[in-house]
Amino acid sequence: MSSIDKDTARKVAHLARIRVAEDHLPKLAEQLSGIVSFMEQLNEVDVEGIEPMTSVTPMRLKRRVDVVTDGDQQEAVLKNAPDAREGFFAVPKVVE
Amino acid sequence: MTKELNTLTLAEARDGLRAKAFTSVELTQACLSAIDGAGALNAFVHHTPEIAHAQAAAADARIAAGDAPAMCGLPVGIKDLFCTKGVASQAASRILEGFKPEYESTVTAQMFDAGAVMLGKLNMDEFAMGSSNETSCYGNAVNPWKIDDRQLTPGGSSGGSAAAVAADLCLAATGTDTGGSIRQPAAFTGIVGIKPTYGRCSRWGVVAFASSLDQPGPMTKTVRDAAIMLQAMSGHDPKDSTSADLAVPDFEAMLTGDIRGKVIGIPKEYRMDGMPAEIEALWQSGIEMLKAAGAVIRDISLPHTKYALPAYYVIAPAEASSNLARYDGVRYGHRAKLGKGDGIVDMYEKTRAEGFGSEVQRRVMVGTYVLSAGFYDAYYNRARRVRALIKRDFDEVFAAGVDAILTPATPSSAFELGAMANADPVEMYLNDVFTVTVNLAGLPGVAVPTGLDAQGLPLGLQLIGRPWEEGDLLNTAYALEQAAGFVAKPAKWW
Repeated sequence: MSSIDKDTARKVAHLARIRVAEDHLPKLAEQLSGIVSFMEQLNEVDVEGIEPMTSVTPMRLKRRVDVVTDGDQQEAVLKNAPDAREGFFAVPKVVE
Repeated sequence: MTKELNTLTLAEARDGLRAKAFTSVELTQACLSAIDGAGALNAFVHHTPEIAHAQAAAADARIAAGDAPAMCGLPVGIKDLFCTKGVASQAASRILEGFKPEYESTVTAQMFDAGAVMLGKLNMDEFAMGSSNETSCYGNAVNPWKIDDRQLTPGGSSGGSAAAVAADLCLAATGTDTGGSIRQPAAFTGIVGIKPTYGRCSRWGVVAFASSLDQPGPMTKTVRDAAIMLQAMSGHDPKDSTSADLAVPDFEAMLTGDIRGKVIGIPKEYRMDGMPAEIEALWQSGIEMLKAAGAVIRDISLPHTKYALPAYYVIAPAEASSNLARYDGVRYGHRAKLGKGDGIVDMYEKTRAEGFGSEVQRRVMVGTYVLSAGFYDAYYNRARRVRALIKRDFDEVFAAGVDAILTPATPSSAFELGAMANADPVEMYLNDVFTVTVNLAGLPGVAVPTGLDAQGLPLGLQLIGRPWEEGDLLNTAYALEQAAGFVAKPAKWW
């Protein structure tokens, strides 16, 4: 199928929100291509009529009543934030 | 003086505590001293002696009052992947530097309720992604087994857990297993490790890698200890929607050692090309031991085995890329220093580039790629369909009357740290070749040490069981353990 070139590697890194220096892209592209070509063995398998596995054990997820069971923990929630102010998470300006 | 207290098994220590032969405070101090003297192994990366002393004193009080639950007073190590309240829990990643959870994982909470004593947090591969403990932000954990001057890997990802148990720094440790991360390091260090059925132990509060594959489990010195500790770790948890609402049997009581008439399957597809003769011989000797114990040996076929590794290396990175999206520098852990004019996307990209190591970055990007538009069906959905076929192979074999499956645990004994530094990433992935099938199918699997290779390094065999039948599986493992009589210990050099 497809091998990963430098432009694809740059695009994937951006989609993954990981900054990769321009001069590291060729090496990254090579490694990703190696992994992807390893995956391509899967093309040998006849999967006609087989549904993708979505649940590891055949059990229905539990339901519970739709009520609040927890909350009022603002301080604990913010405790580990790199930057928290006035009871909120603080981030760089998002909207001009 | 008989045995040093830190060298006891869980069962021996439990019985000694109940008989008042020693106290948990003494036992805990023996472990803390052993840890202090084992810096060279780099197994414990966050030390919690204050917690250990307090829990040991509380355990002694419980025992004196006649209330001694399963793990009461027994000192253990906890893999850094488990969130422990108020104690650093950073999945061996820079991106979680400084993170101290405000909550306790369900598994550790259950163990503490059962009286266990926490000695500290254990080294591992970053986000459990690795097979040699070399991707850790804390540096390598080192195998206590050694044959010459070289330092060997304890395996991964639960490498610190394996090294700590094998070196008698703790009586037992928690591990987690996504593709073999309990069983491979157990085999590399001559200890026992079981990955339970998916859903047996709660994943709540365990830092997520690949949610449909991850399972916590015990790493111990004996099969009996694995039964004792698995009991304490197991059970339904409403906070994990995939946790099974099933009764937990008394695993230890099921260890009779009687496996007469049990059908043990030997899958021909696990006889890999180029498999070392020693691994083949180990496997053959395991077959003979189980046969001698009265089991019926049956050749079986699991035809899609070959495709387990490529399927795993699509599914696990896909789930990881989604799970690790949460590390964005906003809510916890590391945030990159920003330059003038940097916006929020710069913050995400710089934070994740600084915080994630290279293997984690690679897997997140592979996952992003296989989930991206145009490739989702070709890679991700195809891998999930192959996964269904791998599971069906096992279902059919169990339906035909097989009780457990015997395979090698690893393709080799422990290798030298650094030996794979320049290898293709895929070469490292081959370590998981015998173990990933079990995660893909959600089955229980246990690694049992059964011998030494020609160099004198431990080797293990794996037994794979039917879903939810860990008790029966552990009993077969117990029979294998008794027949193998593996008692070798690493000579102390650290």
